[in-house]
Formats: sequence, structure tokens, C-alpha cells
Amino acid sequence: MSIRTTEIIVGAFVLACGLALAFLAVRVSGVDLEGNRDAIMLSARFDEVGGLSSRAKVSMAGVTIGRVIDIDIDTEFGEAIVTMAIDGRLSKLSLDTGARILTEGVLGGKYVGLIPGADEEYLVSGDVIVDTQGAILLENLIGEFVTGAGSK
Amino acid sequence: MIRLLRILGQIALGRFAQIGRASIMWGSALNSLPKTSDARLFIDQIYVIGVKSLILIVMSAFSIGAVLALQFYTQLVRFGAEEAVGVGVAMVLLRELGPVVTALLFAGRAGSAITAEIGLMNATDQLSSMEMMGVDPLKRIVAPRLWAGFFCLPMLAIIFSAVGIWSSGLVGVDWLGIESVGFWAGMLDTVELWEDIGKGIVKTLVFALIVTWIAVFQGYDSEPTSEGISSATTRTVIFSSVAVLTLDFFLTLVMYGDF
Repeated sequence: MSIRTTEIIVGAFVLACGLALAFLAVRVSGVDLEGNRDAIMLSARFDEVGGLSSRAKVSMAGVTIGRVIDIDIDTEFGEAIVTMAIDGRLSKLSLDTGARILTEGVLGGKYVGLIPGADEEYLVSGDVIVDTQGAILLENLIGEFVTGAGSK
Repeated sequence: MIRLLRILGQIALGRFAQIGRASIMWGSALNSLPKTSDARLFIDQIYVIGVKSLILIVMSAFSIGAVLALQFYTQLVRFGAEEAVGVGVAMVLLRELGPVVTALLFAGRAGSAITAEIGLMNATDQLSSMEMMGVDPLKRIVAPRLWAGFFCLPMLAIIFSAVGIWSSGLVGVDWLGIESVGFWAGMLDTVELWEDIGKGIVKTLVFALIVTWIAVFQGYDSEPTSEGISSATTRTVIFSSVAVLTLDFFLTLVMYGDF
């Protein structure tokens, strides 16, 4: 086989690989938030995160707008500190935005839901969300129900 | 007793010497490329190792993707979660099956060919006559194959995963009737560029290194007889397969293990 033909075929092979990688990146993995350098980093303190994991979704009005990056514990106050990366395009999250930990469906994973606020100032990277509501543990609810029913 | 110890010692020393020879070969071969003057040899090897494995890879990927889609579907449809087929297939292919199956097929298709080729060169004294002519066989024969193998396997694995996911879409969406938007959107939502695709590629790089190294060294170090070549070829396939499967466990443990 001539040198030229080999070169053309190898070139086509490399191109096919590039196309396959592009397919995987765009069609399968999508544009990634972690790769977005201007992501807004917010943290929030919760009294209970109950099964939230890092890489869990952060959503507002049901739309995914970010991911949980890190979960840490503050032993002094016994609170969990959840760090989130929010899509950098959403620069207008008002200062009094609230955060709750919610469950997807009955058996789904935990995620952070942001509740829009009304303040005219906006959150910037590094800010802390103050208005939070931790995870509601099903077993606690059942416990309360059982003891509540018993005391009547 | 003493004799037994002596035999064991000899076997152990032989193994050490083999590993030593393999490392020396590797080191000096890696040293000698890439140079622009050798690009020709490198491109030829990419053709022989990579392009000629392509049909095998694409066909296997197609059927594996299709089978995965079918199996996931029959289990998931009972929970009404058939849209999760896309995520399942994508995760399995990108993280595990893509790298591992490609490496195994590659060892069988290209690894054995490399071993047999170099082994025969060795048996017919082509390597020593090259040395006689002042051509370093490590640079001329070994290095291009090592480098080509190192580049080809990741490329093949990427193609494998892409074709597998595409064929699972074909079976899942077009044949089984999973809703197309859910199938692809679930994937977009869950699969991440570095965590799933990137780490899969890291795996294939490790496999590529190991498989081509074993293949080239077995050929280079084979006994210069026809039995020698045949056992070297067998060893290439066995060692590479075992190495790939064992390493896969440890790589998964290190990269995804939560401990």
C-alpha cells in the first residue's frame, strides 16, 4: 500500500476518534458545570443533611442550576456546611435566597432546592446562604407520630 | 532440600532478570521517540495496530451496546424506569466495559500480532542483523509499536464507548420504544466529563501501556524457535488479559472507591 494511502487512512482513523470523543462529550456528558470557571460558589449551613452527597443536584423551581461540591462539618455548632457551585450565568440570585434539602420522589436521592428571595442585592461567589431548612428524616417523623399517638 | 531452594532461587532470579530486561527495553524504547524522522514508522504502526482493529472494535461495541440495552430494559421496565437504560448503559460502557473489553480485544487482535511479528524477527535473526548494520532494533522495531499501541488503545476505547452508546440508543429508542428525550437527557444529566469519560480514558491509558509492553516484550524475549513464538503469543494474550482485569479492579478502587 502506498505511503499516501496509509497516511489518509490513519488520518481518517484519528478523525473518527475525535468525532467519537466529541459525541461522548456533547451528547452524553453535556456541558459540565464543574468545568465552568465562573461558577458562583455558595455555602449554606444546615442542621441536618441526612444523606445528601457531594455531586448532588442544586435546583431552583425544579431546574438544575448547580451541584454540591463539598459537605463539611462544623463541630462547634454541630452544623453541616454544604458548598455548592451554581451556574455562573445566574448572577442574579437575591441575597435572601433560601435553601432546603429535599428528596426526589419517595425513594430518590437528596438534593438542594433554592427558594428565590426578594432582596435587591445579589449573592456573589463565597457568600453564605442564611435561610436554610435541613433534611426531614422520615424515621424522625415516624418516631414523632408514634410517640404523639401514644401520649393521647 | 538445598536443591529445591536452589531451583526456586533460580526461577526467582530468572523472573527478576526478565522484569529487568523488560524495564530496560521499555526505558530505552520510550527514550527514542517521538522524533519527526521516525513519524513514518509510527504512522505505519498506527495503521497496522489501530486501523486494522477498528472493524472488530466497532462490531463488538455495537452488539455489546445492543445487548446491554436489552438486558437493562427487561429489568427496568418492570419499575417503569426504562428511561434509565440510557444512563445505565452509558455508565457501564464509559467506566468499565469500554476500557476493559477494548483492552481484551486489543490484546487478542493486535497484541498477539505484535508478539508473533517480533518473535519471528527474533527467530530469523533479523533483529541481530539490524544491530549488525548499526540500526538499533529498539528504535526501529520496538519503539514505534509501543508508542502506536499507547495511542491506539485509548482511541479505540473512545470509539467503542461511542458506538456502544449509539447502538443502545438504536435498540432502546428506535426498537423498544423508550422515549427519546428521557433516554438522552438522563445521560446528559448524570454522566460527567471528567468523572466518567475522563477517568475511563485514564484507565485505557494504563491498559494500553501494559498490553503493548507485554506484547512487545514477549516477542522480543521469545525463544527463537517455532514453539517459542507460539508460547510467547499465548503468554501475551494470557498475561495481558489477567493484567487488565486485575488492574481494572484496583483502578476502580482508587478512582471511584469511597473509603
